[in-house]
Amino acid sequence: MSERTLLSVRDLSVRFRMRGGGEVAAVTGASFDLAPGECLALVGESGCGKSVLASALLGLLPGNARAAGRARLRTGEGTGAGGCDEDGIDLLGADERTLARTVRGRRVGLVPQSPAAHLTPVRSVRSQLAETVRELTGKRGTELADATLAAAERAAFPADHLDRYPHQLSGGLAQRAATALALVAQAPLLLADEPTTGLDRDLVDRTVDELRRHTDDGHGLLLITHDLAAAERVADRVAVMYAGRIVELAPAESFFRRAGPRHPYARGLLDALPERAFTPIPGMPPELGDLPEGCAFAPRCARATDVCATVPPLRERVACHHPYEGSE
Amino acid sequence: MGERTVPGPAAALELRGVTAGYDRRAPVLRDVSLAVGAGEAVGLLGPSGCGKSTLARVSALLHRPYAGTVLLGGEEARGWRHRAPRAQRTAVGVVFQQPRLAADPRLTLAALLAEPLRATGRTDGIPARTAELAEEVGLGPELLGRRPHEVSDGQLQRACLARALVLRPRVLVCDEMTAMLDASTTAALVAVVERYRAGSGAALLAVGHDRVLLDRWCDRTVHYADLVSGAVTPGRRAPADTPAG
Repeated sequence: MSERTLLSVRDLSVRFRMRGGGEVAAVTGASFDLAPGECLALVGESGCGKSVLASALLGLLPGNARAAGRARLRTGEGTGAGGCDEDGIDLLGADERTLARTVRGRRVGLVPQSPAAHLTPVRSVRSQLAETVRELTGKRGTELADATLAAAERAAFPADHLDRYPHQLSGGLAQRAATALALVAQAPLLLADEPTTGLDRDLVDRTVDELRRHTDDGHGLLLITHDLAAAERVADRVAVMYAGRIVELAPAESFFRRAGPRHPYARGLLDALPERAFTPIPGMPPELGDLPEGCAFAPRCARATDVCATVPPLRERVACHHPYEGSE
Repeated sequence: MGERTVPGPAAALELRGVTAGYDRRAPVLRDVSLAVGAGEAVGLLGPSGCGKSTLARVSALLHRPYAGTVLLGGEEARGWRHRAPRAQRTAVGVVFQQPRLAADPRLTLAALLAEPLRATGRTDGIPARTAELAEEVGLGPELLGRRPHEVSDGQLQRACLARALVLRPRVLVCDEMTAMLDASTTAALVAVVERYRAGSGAALLAVGHDRVLLDRWCDRTVHYADLVSGAVTPGRRAPADTPAG
């Protein structure tokens, strides 16, 4: 993988075995790269496999799930143990001990979907933050207290609110507390799973602007969201997921502004926005346990023809037999 | 914005000087007035935690205010929650923000959708009405047999919207109905609401924080801060949601 790549995902697939012998194809053949200082927004409808992909990268899939493919995180140092070599760590192949001791929180920071549920309700923010700092850095005593303050400051969490409990925080401050926890170890990769769900627009903007600031500090940010406005605000590139596959991977600039999306599904999603046509895509996404043969979007697609009975490969950043060209 | 001019006596929903909350010494709403005319769609904007949802609950007779009056079709509300007279309680349909918290996990979507019919003893028409509404909100027969944990947020919210429409309410209250949903599902649910309103003449109070959405959806949009009597904030608006760049 290239010098500049922080995370390299190749052909990542996740299958869930269901009771009764069925299989759910939650993620199929996902490939993308992420560089330090770059924000990649992974967008798509709920249930399209976005969060499963994130769980796979953190080794947090449930027991009935199997991940295949490769997801290399560059570390710059090889220990030779637990799937870790000079090239980095294979997040899919690493054992639980490696993931728990060297990956989660240390090399990959998770900004959670629901900060209120992520924080421990019975302890103050200071106590939770200090525990994380102590575990990840080994600091003790006054050094620990100083590092805790610094960690809060990094996420713009106000120091005079540190002794509050989660229920005493507004949604925005709870989000910052959770972000502070994710940033403690200065993990090179930040994974934000729907960090703005349920927040109002001002708070969404502030939250994603802060994530952008951390990205500009050199973190790679994988932002998983269904909020296209938030993605437009901060992303360098956009990956659109549909029925478990990445169907378009484009620079944010051309996706949102210049040429527009090339995949009919991505175009439909943008057109559904109230500031655009406000028309829904007809129908609903297919069941991941019962995907149609060929292109999964074809049953909802106005451009579909016979050739759509075969799965289109991701070519020139779009997986479609009839992509829109820039001029359309 | 002059939003407190009271329309004719036949306003579908009217709040007059409502004070409500969860602690008498510190009410969430203080002396709030709002009128939604017959057939009108009003969007109510406000930041998180300002009291929008409390106002929605009071409007739907789900929360008893400390002071003030709620009128439905010009008739004063005479009770709250289970004490609300059935004719008034069923005149308002409500859709909440989080479908998972608003759905009994033991019920199939079909049973969930038809629950208001059973609760009001209108069991005769259940199969026909269920089928009709399921088609309207885009739920196929296979999905209707599932329970909430087996469907996505978007699919469950479709069922919750169908449940809110099943008794043909004259007023629909949507409290952040689409905050959890993607753009396409949002547009689809708004289209369902608007088709229902076009056919029934029902009024709408849509509560939310997305100005772009409410401006597109509703006849007029009011800001929460403008509803409080004595608040001299003419033309106050939420900061515009301008896209970056």
